[in-house]
Amino acid sequence: MKILVGVKRVVDYAVKIRVKPDKSGVETSNVKMSMNPFCEIALEEALRIRESGRAKEVVAVSVGPAQCTDTLRTGLAMGADRAIHVEYPATLYPLSVAKIFKALVDAEKPALLLLGKQAIDDDCNQTGQMIAGLLKWPQATFASKVVLDEGNKVATVDREVDGGLETLSLDLPAVITTDLRLNQPRYATLPNIMKAKSKVIKKLSPQDLNVEIRSDLEVVQVTEPPKRQAGVILSSVDQLIDRLKNEARVI
Amino acid sequence: MTIQALLGSIRRRSFATRVAHSSRFLSTLVLGEHKGGSIEASSLCAVEAAKRLGGDNSVSLLLAGSGPSLQEAAAHAACFHPSISKVLLADSERFTYALAEPWAKLVHLVQQKHSYSHIIAGSGSFGKNVLPRAAALLDVSPITDVTEISGSNLFVRPIYAGNALSTVRYTGSNPCMLTIRATSFPTGMAPASVSNDKCIEKIDLSAFSEDDADGKSRYVSISSQDTERPDLANARIVVTGGRGLKSAENFKMIEKLAEKLGAAVGATRAAVDAGFVPNELQVGQTGKIVAPELYMAFGVSGAIQHLAGIRDSKVIVAVNKDADAPIFQVADYGLVGDLFDIIPELLEKLPEKK
Repeated sequence: MKILVGVKRVVDYAVKIRVKPDKSGVETSNVKMSMNPFCEIALEEALRIRESGRAKEVVAVSVGPAQCTDTLRTGLAMGADRAIHVEYPATLYPLSVAKIFKALVDAEKPALLLLGKQAIDDDCNQTGQMIAGLLKWPQATFASKVVLDEGNKVATVDREVDGGLETLSLDLPAVITTDLRLNQPRYATLPNIMKAKSKVIKKLSPQDLNVEIRSDLEVVQVTEPPKRQAGVILSSVDQLIDRLKNEARVI
Repeated sequence: MTIQALLGSIRRRSFATRVAHSSRFLSTLVLGEHKGGSIEASSLCAVEAAKRLGGDNSVSLLLAGSGPSLQEAAAHAACFHPSISKVLLADSERFTYALAEPWAKLVHLVQQKHSYSHIIAGSGSFGKNVLPRAAALLDVSPITDVTEISGSNLFVRPIYAGNALSTVRYTGSNPCMLTIRATSFPTGMAPASVSNDKCIEKIDLSAFSEDDADGKSRYVSISSQDTERPDLANARIVVTGGRGLKSAENFKMIEKLAEKLGAAVGATRAAVDAGFVPNELQVGQTGKIVAPELYMAFGVSGAIQHLAGIRDSKVIVAVNKDADAPIFQVADYGLVGDLFDIIPELLEKLPEKK
């Protein structure tokens, strides 16, 4: 079977972001960009499934501006077989991305779609669910364990839900979104980075896929969150208890 | 010239009527989660958020499930919140477990019948799982984790792990779909004692046709960590341990301290990854968001992903032996020292609760 993996290029998770002075967004020029951590986990899972012999091909997909090819190269260096870049210069909301993925799925016919549970820039946590809805495929979000039974075409997935772990069983084809604890993504080695240069990245546009991009959301402004007042460093437990009792009055 | 002016005024007037229209007829569907016969706190916070959309908003609560626990939850809901004008009930075996596929289809069905202006869910694992799927079926963009409602279509939500706040306007067609951050919409309301079961309405599920997604996902099991401590997301005091605790054995000190304070226990990603505690205790961008009156962090360095989950706490206390730990930049009270000395001392000196 074939696995399609969605990967997004985002500001690196370790970067302390800056809000633009004109409040139009967050500064992304001259900032280190990387593959979204949850997408790395999704790709790693797809590669492990292929290495266990249960999948033939892993295709990495990214939707966004020209620089997304860097992210896809990283994915190819990790071990993806080939990549598809749907190029679109401006911001896309999850609904449009989901429509693009639906069109790709119709063309590529994968048996499994793996995505991260959320991108760490917009923190939406929507795309996987929306793709599953559009495709009328079953979904398992926040996966921390995925077991495939190739014979029965069934995936058993442990999900991280409020209050514990839930186990679901899905008929393939299905959409699975990954949580942090699913696996530890591998690093791309130098030989694999070199090899990735000869792998194919197919370029498409939303028009090629007959997807009309429209938006029903408008960002009015982006601001910094209110700063917390600087606190005090105390010297003893007694002082702390006294402050909590008599100043903050919380105990 | 005059024609142009006339056209302009018509355009302006039709715009004005449209706006007035939309603000006059607000009707909101809240997706209700229930457990053991009562409504989850996060769903009541969603009702609270619905109230803030506008004055004349009529709020319906959608409950799905099967059997007596659903009926009990419905009876509770009807009298629980004065803002709920109607409880819609979907009673069917296929809703015994809250699976996204039938739920999203149910929301789609109910929306087609009642044409709500807004659909809201709490942004717990249930709301985040179901609402975007339902939004895709309705072809609208949902808005995640709303922390502030500035108008019936103007919302504030955190992005980049809470390091920026984005104000978004929804310009699409009805319904406008939101998940809300429960800690931003506290209910603080005692349940009314009168039951009002007149407003419970059963949903006709005959139109709920079998389609492609039906039965393709099945519930297998759930393993939950049952504790007697208060729920992490709603606790008044939260005590959190990080990597500095060094072992699961040592983490018990945090639990002891929490017990003494009547607090919930939280953990950082590092503590969860190291296996000190189960993952549902994780606080941060990818875990739970908390906003207690008192947040105490022991052996927590204060990574941005963690701070994203505690930013709105009223009082933050940090205990860490590294005086340069970023947690001290947000802490109201800091103690630089060894937590293995400080926690026992706190246990000894803290007053007994009550």
